[in-house]
Amino acid sequence: MTASPVLDLRNITKRFGDTLANDDVSVSLAKGEVLALLGENGAGKTTLMSILFGHYTPDAGTVHVEGRELPPGKPRAAIRAGVGMVHQHFSLATNLTVLENVMTGTESLLRLRSDTRAARARLDDVSQRFGLVVDPDARVGDLSVGEQQRVEILKALYNDARILILDEPTAVLTNIEAEKLFRILRDMARQGLSLIFISHKLHEVLAAADRIVVLRGGKAVAERRAADTSKEELAELMVGRRVERPRREAATPGETVLEARNVSLSGSKGLSHVNFALRAGETLGIIGVSGNGQTALAHLASGLVRHEEGDLILFGNPVGKASVRAFIEAGVGRIPEDRNAEGAVGDMTIWENAILERIWSPTFSRHGLIDRAAARRFAAEIIKAFDVRGGAPDKRIRLLSGGNMQKLILGRNLHEQTKLLVAAQPTRGLDEGAIASVHTRILDARKKGAGVLLISEDLDEVIQLADRIQAIVKGRLSPPVAADQADARMLGLMMAGDWDKAGHVAGRGTHEI
Amino acid sequence: MMELFDIFASAGLWAAVLRIATPLIFGTLGALLCERVGVLNLGIEGIMTFGAMIGWLTVYQGGDLWLGLLAAAFFGAMFGLLHAVLTVPFGLSQHVAGLGITLFASSLSYYVFRLAVPVASSPPTIEPFRPLQIPFLSDLPFLGTALFNQTAPTYLAIAVALALSYVLFRTPLGLAMRMTGENPHGAEAQGVNPVAVRFGAIIAGSALMGVGGAFLTLSAFNSFFPTMMQGRGWVCIALVVFASWNPGRALLGALLFALFDAYQLRLQTVIGKTVPYQLFLMIPYILSIAALAVMARRARVPQALMQPYRRGER
Amino acid sequence: MRFERRAHRPLILVLLAPVFALGAALAIAGVLIMLAGAPVAEAFGQILNGAFGSRLGISETLTRATPLIFTGLAAAVAFRARLWNIGGEGQFYMGAIAAAALASGAIAGWPPLIAIPGAMFAGALAGTVTLLLPLGLRLRFGVDEVVTSLLLNFVALLFVSMLIEGPLKDPLAFGWPQSVPVSEGAELPKLLARTRLHAGLLIALAAALLVHFVQSRTRFGMQSRAAGLNAAAARFAGVPLGMTLIKVACMSGGLAGLAGAIEVMGVKGYVTTDLSPGYGYAGIIVAMLANLHPIGVVAAALFVAVMFVGADSMSRVMDIPSYIADVTVALSLLTMLLSLFFTQYRISR
Repeated sequence: MTASPVLDLRNITKRFGDTLANDDVSVSLAKGEVLALLGENGAGKTTLMSILFGHYTPDAGTVHVEGRELPPGKPRAAIRAGVGMVHQHFSLATNLTVLENVMTGTESLLRLRSDTRAARARLDDVSQRFGLVVDPDARVGDLSVGEQQRVEILKALYNDARILILDEPTAVLTNIEAEKLFRILRDMARQGLSLIFISHKLHEVLAAADRIVVLRGGKAVAERRAADTSKEELAELMVGRRVERPRREAATPGETVLEARNVSLSGSKGLSHVNFALRAGETLGIIGVSGNGQTALAHLASGLVRHEEGDLILFGNPVGKASVRAFIEAGVGRIPEDRNAEGAVGDMTIWENAILERIWSPTFSRHGLIDRAAARRFAAEIIKAFDVRGGAPDKRIRLLSGGNMQKLILGRNLHEQTKLLVAAQPTRGLDEGAIASVHTRILDARKKGAGVLLISEDLDEVIQLADRIQAIVKGRLSPPVAADQADARMLGLMMAGDWDKAGHVAGRGTHEI
Repeated sequence: MMELFDIFASAGLWAAVLRIATPLIFGTLGALLCERVGVLNLGIEGIMTFGAMIGWLTVYQGGDLWLGLLAAAFFGAMFGLLHAVLTVPFGLSQHVAGLGITLFASSLSYYVFRLAVPVASSPPTIEPFRPLQIPFLSDLPFLGTALFNQTAPTYLAIAVALALSYVLFRTPLGLAMRMTGENPHGAEAQGVNPVAVRFGAIIAGSALMGVGGAFLTLSAFNSFFPTMMQGRGWVCIALVVFASWNPGRALLGALLFALFDAYQLRLQTVIGKTVPYQLFLMIPYILSIAALAVMARRARVPQALMQPYRRGER
Repeated sequence: MRFERRAHRPLILVLLAPVFALGAALAIAGVLIMLAGAPVAEAFGQILNGAFGSRLGISETLTRATPLIFTGLAAAVAFRARLWNIGGEGQFYMGAIAAAALASGAIAGWPPLIAIPGAMFAGALAGTVTLLLPLGLRLRFGVDEVVTSLLLNFVALLFVSMLIEGPLKDPLAFGWPQSVPVSEGAELPKLLARTRLHAGLLIALAAALLVHFVQSRTRFGMQSRAAGLNAAAARFAGVPLGMTLIKVACMSGGLAGLAGAIEVMGVKGYVTTDLSPGYGYAGIIVAMLANLHPIGVVAAALFVAVMFVGADSMSRVMDIPSYIADVTVALSLLTMLLSLFFTQYRISR
């Protein structure tokens, strides 16, 4: 860092209610540099970048771009100063075209006519220069996730961004697509752009960044040059202590609990001719990039939707119609992929959330009347047995932290003997401590003889927990590979849909079902 | 049987179509403008009622007819401001806030009307807008009576529809509005202030609703009486869906709707007493419901409709 | 200025919300009375006097509150499950005409023990059917039920108008459009002699208690609440969303229909097209003022009834239009929305 920084965040502090999201954080960025902001979920990375971009006003601290202080809380000022942001959840309008999305806000609102022709030429120019090609007249909703991300980047470049911020840019990409993205980003840096990307993936920051700033609990705890550090050091800096994730022990699988034969489900994110078999006491991991049919698969295995073609066999019986009640009564436990949207009714109490999906059980209701005492008892037991901190049966579930809410969801599913556990993205958004405890519970269920269908986008998680792994790509499932024989490269090929090649790599690891 | 078709050959029918359509055009465009930026405005029925009352009252107190329209637009805008405050920064339920405004605005119009005008056996009247004489066009046979014998606000309504279409699809402001209605976070990320855009559009849209109401008392009729709105505002809300949030189609939808309405009025006189008149009067409402049922899944709804926007919250 | 969600909702705020809302609405109403050039204190005094000042006033207030409790419950039950039933007015009329038709025709002359429940059931059924139509359109075609249930209010009123000028017209009414009268056996007994107060009030109170019990203690109550608060989570938990909404619609439409039936059987004895001074719409306000709580509905209905009865008697004495009652009540809906907001959020910078 010889030259003066193009971007300087000085002593940023931001408080939300009782939590300190950013605590006196200072970060600077040099021209042509790629900086990674590494941290766990909730470490304050996104808050910091939102302050830089003016989405939030900081409680203290200043942002300087090329030596000039930015007025706080003004995205427009940040854009004008040359800051561009690529959001994790794209800020695109799916009903509008690429060109319209890119043009929004670039002209004075008082102009009597949009200069579409000039905008088109300029967009063309920018996309040529950086090798980001998209059809300007395509409706954004019709594009793939990867293409949408390109539009999101183009939007920033179109605005003459000289500093580009990317929030978890690889969350929605396969590792092959991610490598390609990082090549493009490096190329941008060579052309003089300065970049910050947010990530919690160690290998990614080591491979793509020049310098790494580690955030933990809202503080910037360390800064390392990528060349001078290691995965181990970064992991410890990020988590703050050594957290051992539990390990999978060998187990002998029993009878098949859930089997899909040529199962199809229509819809843009449906399933097509899916085959798998899951036995008691084993974990089948389903990996894949977000949006490839995971939701449909999870819903299918949770009894929410019915397949349209093929056979789905649960505990030896073909599934006739979708019935959550029948699935639960048969012994299926379900962890939804989105805790807040599907796993809990935030404004209902913990005891109500604990029994809602078991409300038909004679333990909790008779003749249509709820036995509130029994329900409260049940909730109290879960809170105790699963260490749900800050929980009391009559408290609204909204007040629990993500990890504790997940423990409650696990608890209501595993409290009784579960024969099949469908776990969709069970640790999404959790910190390391909570991840370890969720993993322990899942392994525990497997040990007790449950079959576990683990649907996850986190490769490390699947490799650690699963016995066998299948990849889901555009609603289709790859043949399974044994987890012992899988490595990152092979799984990458599988997730890209290149099953033959992956099969070669795996060699004899693939076995038919 | 031929009589049923003969109705279409009467110039009077087509003149009536434009007349009936005018308040609907204003109202539908107003509602459309609000919904394009993501806010449902169920205050429309009350705002139109207030516009009808205040427009009439302004003229009754000696004001000019155009001043009446302006007053209706101004008070419409004020109710729009109220709706915007409730639904944008506070993010309250757009359904309930809108209904509240309808109940408030309509009861307030009756209250003000009663205060200003003592109870009388027949409501007092004003001198309404006269048909605009357009040289040459108004003198055309048939077409002159059918299309070019309208009052000025009717032409204004059509002009507003075209202008709104242009603004929405051809100007940077229109793009900012559409983006705000589709994804306010995206708008903000591009430096557009979604709160300001929503306020502006709701206020402007509500002003149009007020003008639509005033047309009834200043042009179509010449007096105000409670319950005169007869659900026209709700029909406009249905027409917005029917029009897929497109001003040009809103214009067509309002005209089509008015055609049915004008036709059923004439049909009543042709058919006579054999069929209860109430059945004819039901037609507009049933048509609106049918239009909603047909279009509900097809229409490309603004993605952020009815979603409150809070900065930084997703 | 920003709003921050409160982690805890202090009970005191929840209880004070309606008090503040009513205070603010009355204050604005006071300004409107002042603008009319009338003495504000005297006007409010007259309102209270009209509503509470005499045996007749009190009985009138309670009589008016009765249908409001029903329509308020109808709205509260539906809104809890996010079913936007704005069609209370139409369901009220359909309930009224169904009860009148049955009580003057098929079961005329039957003993009250059968005739009264029979007519009430007919009313509830008619109200339910009227609501099931927009709900069906929502479930089948995804049509927002707000607008369809609103539009149906007009259709229902025209339908009633058609019946009372046609097949159900009272031939003895000197040509006035009104329905045939309810037979004596189906009339609700009076609670107070020489007043209009009738046993419908007791039925309304019982209905409020019953709704409260269903919502707080039964499986269906819990499921419908879950469906309203978070439909996706309810679906994941196996709550049959469509069926739950249909059941909710039966309760809501039934209550609104009952409101009409009981008004006919208890107060007027026959149906006209001005049977309701907007009870259906006022029910929405009652429900919101009660924060959708069934017991709160009773209190809110009383407030609205006081305003209506009091303003009527005030306008007879003073030169202020009785519409001031409608204005105040509508305003209280808006102020209540704002007060509820502040029970959930606080201002932060």
